Amino acid sequence: MCFPDQEPDRSHTAMKLNGGQALIKSLEMEGVEVMFGLPGGAILPVYDPIIDSPIRHILVRHEQGAGHMAEGYAHATGRPGVAMVTSGPAATNIVTPLCDAMLDSVPIVVITGQVPSAAIGTDAFQECDTIGITRSITKHNELVTSAQDIPRVVREAFHIATTGRPGPVLIDVPKDIVDPRNPRSAMEWYWPESVDLPGYKPTTQGHPRKIRDAAALIAESRRPVIYAGGGIVRSGASEALFELANLLGVHVVTTLMARGAFPDSHPLCLGMPGMHGNYTAVTSMQQADLLITLGARFDDRVTGKVSAFAPHAKIIHVDIDPAELGKVRRADVPIVGDVRLVIEELIKIVREQGGRDSQPDRHEWDAQIDAWRDRHPIAYEQGWDEGDKLKPQFCIDMLRQNTPDDTILCSGVGQHQMWSSQIWKFDRPNTWVNSGGLGTMGFAVPAAIGAKVGQPTKTVWAVDGDGCFQMTAQELVTASAERIPVKIAILNNAYLGMVRQWQELFYEERYSEVYLSPDLPDYKMWAEAMGCVGMRVEHPDEVVPAIEKANSIDDRPVVIDFRVDSEEKVYPMVPAGASNDDIILGPAQGPGGH
Amino acid sequence: MAPIAPPPHHILSVLVENKAGVLARVSSLFARRAYNIYSLAVAPTDDERYSRITIVVDVESAPLEQITKQLFKLVNVVKISELSPDESVVRELMLCTVRAEPGTRGQVIELVGVFEGRIVDVGHNDLTVELSGPPSKLDDFEDLMRAYGIVELQRTGRVALAKLEREVPRLRSLGRVG
Repeated sequence: MCFPDQEPDRSHTAMKLNGGQALIKSLEMEGVEVMFGLPGGAILPVYDPIIDSPIRHILVRHEQGAGHMAEGYAHATGRPGVAMVTSGPAATNIVTPLCDAMLDSVPIVVITGQVPSAAIGTDAFQECDTIGITRSITKHNELVTSAQDIPRVVREAFHIATTGRPGPVLIDVPKDIVDPRNPRSAMEWYWPESVDLPGYKPTTQGHPRKIRDAAALIAESRRPVIYAGGGIVRSGASEALFELANLLGVHVVTTLMARGAFPDSHPLCLGMPGMHGNYTAVTSMQQADLLITLGARFDDRVTGKVSAFAPHAKIIHVDIDPAELGKVRRADVPIVGDVRLVIEELIKIVREQGGRDSQPDRHEWDAQIDAWRDRHPIAYEQGWDEGDKLKPQFCIDMLRQNTPDDTILCSGVGQHQMWSSQIWKFDRPNTWVNSGGLGTMGFAVPAAIGAKVGQPTKTVWAVDGDGCFQMTAQELVTASAERIPVKIAILNNAYLGMVRQWQELFYEERYSEVYLSPDLPDYKMWAEAMGCVGMRVEHPDEVVPAIEKANSIDDRPVVIDFRVDSEEKVYPMVPAGASNDDIILGPAQGPGGH
Repeated sequence: MAPIAPPPHHILSVLVENKAGVLARVSSLFARRAYNIYSLAVAPTDDERYSRITIVVDVESAPLEQITKQLFKLVNVVKISELSPDESVVRELMLCTVRAEPGTRGQVIELVGVFEGRIVDVGHNDLTVELSGPPSKLDDFEDLMRAYGIVELQRTGRVALAKLEREVPRLRSLGRVG
């Protein structure tokens, strides 16, 4: 209660809550609208106050689903995703999403129940050293030891998850401090005005002198390429990047994590570089004299053999995480800072110097890039003879052509992921949801559900492999029950396709343990059993009608089982550990293909 | 044959928040990235909010830069400084039980005196010696004692502080300090 005659600052803090209530109220204070989870004994006291909270809770079928849904939500909205599960096996089940979020810098906050304080260390029922297990795969984690600390810890968790380089934060909560039947759960409600973390002060403003150095290097460069990474998406720097690229007239490659950060329809966009990147993106980086690296981290899937990567290029490297600078490749101009702010400063300097007119003549380089593009496009062949299978690339192509521009595309991990990234034309940030760093099979279905919850007015499609689908398909039960109308396209080739591709190329076609089964599950019936609309597509003529039918269904999930060619491979390809100069092209992708 | 170069020791002085589990975070970060910790010592500081961890690692400078940056990403790590051996005061404590039978006891006691050690326990045939100082001094003492027979030995690992800035000639130039 508030009494005007008293000191205003403490009056509202007299409210007595228990730890469970305080935890839910803290989430409300952080603006959390939805959380994904599954209750159990240790977390039950925190589940109780959810009944009285405006926060929507989505009950998952497996805790891994809760974690990936939180990630999908964060990918699609840019806001932190929240998951809450119980102790022990629930905590171990959510380890994969935590590690996934860590590698892809996805802001999520995960709350795990823990056995009561007095039982910690006794090997109690469903006890697990969650903090110990997740220490190296979270940006930060904390075991809360007192109910009074709960608002502070929650506030800090969201601050850490969403600032600097975003990432997962885990809060482990012993049962006694949230259980109203235990006196240890009593606390006086407060909400911290600020966070006090003496060791956590991310640098967001880039050093002005370094930014000027970067501008100077650009102004000397004849063959520059902008190497844009997932940091562009995370920091909301797409508009700034768009402006910079246009101002300089410099081409942009968008990494797997940055697809959509710069529009594919723009003439300066080269698409994805790396192991399965397109020829022009890969080769222009190899031939560049300058890489303007923005929020990217020289991942091995981009560089190939590091010593042979972009051998003539000087490096400008902008990253909010100082540890990324110099980790893989020494930067000529390293800049620590938020990539959006740094780009905006860089734009100012380039403008002062005269904008595009001040840049050297790069006609030769631009012409070279155009020639590569014409000569080696991403291409596939969907011919058709009776008895043929569908081409997976064709299915994705048709999907793109028959869905709204702002469709969010989620994918699992494998061939279908690479084809999706290659063929889908991304024109907006936050429309590509995938597991890049950890490469988590089974990511797509739950991530799509999380994305759809975060962006309910947008169409959300998941392109999944049949191997991936079998890992987390049960979350479609969650989607049906919660009326979350996601759409799943299974590219079903009956194989663990990417593994098969490697066995074909590097293991003399010894196909060990990659054929999923001669007795494939009937995905149509499986989907229907989970409350979805199920379809099976085997002929090219059926592809578009099936997609249109799926688009028209908005009251339940839809699953289409596309029966695709298992011989089809992802091209181009740079074999693991090889130089990017040794890129292998597909038969349809121009001369030099083999 | 060229002498084997000593391993590139680096001393990191890490100021951390005085919270549960911080030492585990620091040590598991080293383990996770496959770096060996040569020695590690941790104790509270004068400010109860912070502890100081002194870590000695054997790495070349380039990976050290990476490990320092990774370490600094830990939310509870407040400050990291690398202390160069020349610019810091480094100490280690040793407890050593050494054979000292009646025939050799006098020599052992004499050497303990030369090294400014203290005898802290006496048995019929053994002595336990406490000795502190720069690691090299402890190494020398250990070498000498081996001849008499080391029964048991423990060292604490290093603690270090940066040397103070002085305008007058430093005492260390006399070989007495540092």
